Amino acid sequence: MKKPVLMQGNEACVHGALAAGIGFYAGYPITPSTEIAELLAEEMPKVGGYFIQMEDEISSMAATIGASLAGKKAMTATSGPGFSLKQENLGFAVMAEVPCVVVNVQRSGPSTGLPTSPAQGDVMQARWGSHGDHATIALSPYSVRESFDVTVKAFNLAEKYRTPVIILLDEIVGHMRERIDIPEPGTYEVLERPKTDLSPQEYQPFDAPVDGIVPLAPFGTGYRFHITGLTHDRTGFPSTKPAEVDYKIRRLTSKIEMNTEDIVEWETYNCDDADTIIVAYGGTARSAQATMELAREKGLKVGLFRPVTIWPFPEKALIDIAKDKRVIVAEMNLGQVALEVERILKQDIEKVNKIDGEPITPQEILDQIEGV
Amino acid sequence: MKKQLEVRLSGAGGQGLILAGIILAEAALYDEKNAIQSQSYGPEARGGSSRAEVIISDNEIHYPKVISPNVLVSLTQDSYNKYKGELAEDAILIVDETVEVEADIKHTVYQLPLLEIARVELRPVVANIVTLGAFQRITGCVSYESLETAVLDRVPKGTEELNKQALAAGHKAAGDLLAR
Repeated sequence: MKKPVLMQGNEACVHGALAAGIGFYAGYPITPSTEIAELLAEEMPKVGGYFIQMEDEISSMAATIGASLAGKKAMTATSGPGFSLKQENLGFAVMAEVPCVVVNVQRSGPSTGLPTSPAQGDVMQARWGSHGDHATIALSPYSVRESFDVTVKAFNLAEKYRTPVIILLDEIVGHMRERIDIPEPGTYEVLERPKTDLSPQEYQPFDAPVDGIVPLAPFGTGYRFHITGLTHDRTGFPSTKPAEVDYKIRRLTSKIEMNTEDIVEWETYNCDDADTIIVAYGGTARSAQATMELAREKGLKVGLFRPVTIWPFPEKALIDIAKDKRVIVAEMNLGQVALEVERILKQDIEKVNKIDGEPITPQEILDQIEGV
Repeated sequence: MKKQLEVRLSGAGGQGLILAGIILAEAALYDEKNAIQSQSYGPEARGGSSRAEVIISDNEIHYPKVISPNVLVSLTQDSYNKYKGELAEDAILIVDETVEVEADIKHTVYQLPLLEIARVELRPVVANIVTLGAFQRITGCVSYESLETAVLDRVPKGTEELNKQALAAGHKAAGDLLAR
């Protein structure tokens, strides 16, 4: 019998990246994400990939973008302060439509905050941390196994939609060790970067439909094109023509929004007969699961809605499950996803928030349910 | 809530209690139980108090943190003072003999020369494994075989024999204490 494996969320994220075919990692280690860099430094040479520790988070993000443009599946990982530093280049990747995966193992902030303590305060930063209009894909796993799955998915989505994808891990899931049975290759989908069938003479890197992309031709293979953070036309060269600018910027959002159904993922637990729905994600979803069991033992009809994709938010599913029911959003911030839930449901909701560096306990959510 | 065993291992940073927690959780998996290990630590790597937590259960474990320990292990006075709160009613304590416990404590306390056994008979660095041996003998919550396998899987190459001896020494010391 295969020995069961005990693994951290951070380690599972690395194994997910390897399963997805990561070819390049650049990073600057920071607690509580350090194990990701540590393990990839060991593993990347074994698979013929590249690992580089850069001088800071800014250059790590830049190197990740460069490697992706040269055809590698590329990732970087960090935590709050580093995620802040990455925002400028993250915006560049959004604008230039460069696939990459950015892992943010959230810790308590703002600034250096509590380096070793969990939080979920970067939800809105993941959405709007970089300036200008754009859509974001962000995923938040709640278990060690899901850290693996979500990382594979993040690479797939990045390649499919030519966009950075953010993994919002948190210190709870990143550092806890639990059993994982890593799935066999072939049992999960791995998307390779789509290839253009146009010749270098015909190829236009941004000649994309409103709901899609043009395959990104790797630099160094005869395809020569211009990449810039300036707003550009279908050729990639800067443009100030209003119609071209309008099309480009709207498409950065529409290529994600028009494919929401393909991207979103969520789980529901005991929602069928529930009159109270807890909304929780990441590490806090673990507390909510325990709350649900405590509540059910008391005969309270409590269910759980757990978004795996935070951005885009699984709107339709939430409406189907939670509309006009009592809704409690539990999160380790002062109500970031709660804002989104309120916007979607257009009703009053209740909140359980904690920002003291400690996880939300099952009892704290139960107290809210029981009105204690 | 379903019955699960919550264990808190505490001591000074650098005593290897996080590794002990990992080994304990892995041993539980080898016994075909569920286990989750987590830890809490400050910015300091050594010197401060550190704690590792393990939850062992026959069922799925949702909340990964220990709420009220059924077993508290403390190797130092500081860590005992810091982490002795919120014990379960039926909690037992396994502490180094240098740790002073309140005279009127209502919990069962097992005081053992864990640090001394490591220092005198073996090497100070294996105090964590001595502790695991004693822990196994007292709680029986994982099998000795699985624990030994987990120890050997996790310790540095070349130290296997030393660690096997450490595990056995802790196990024996606890056995002697129980026999008294």
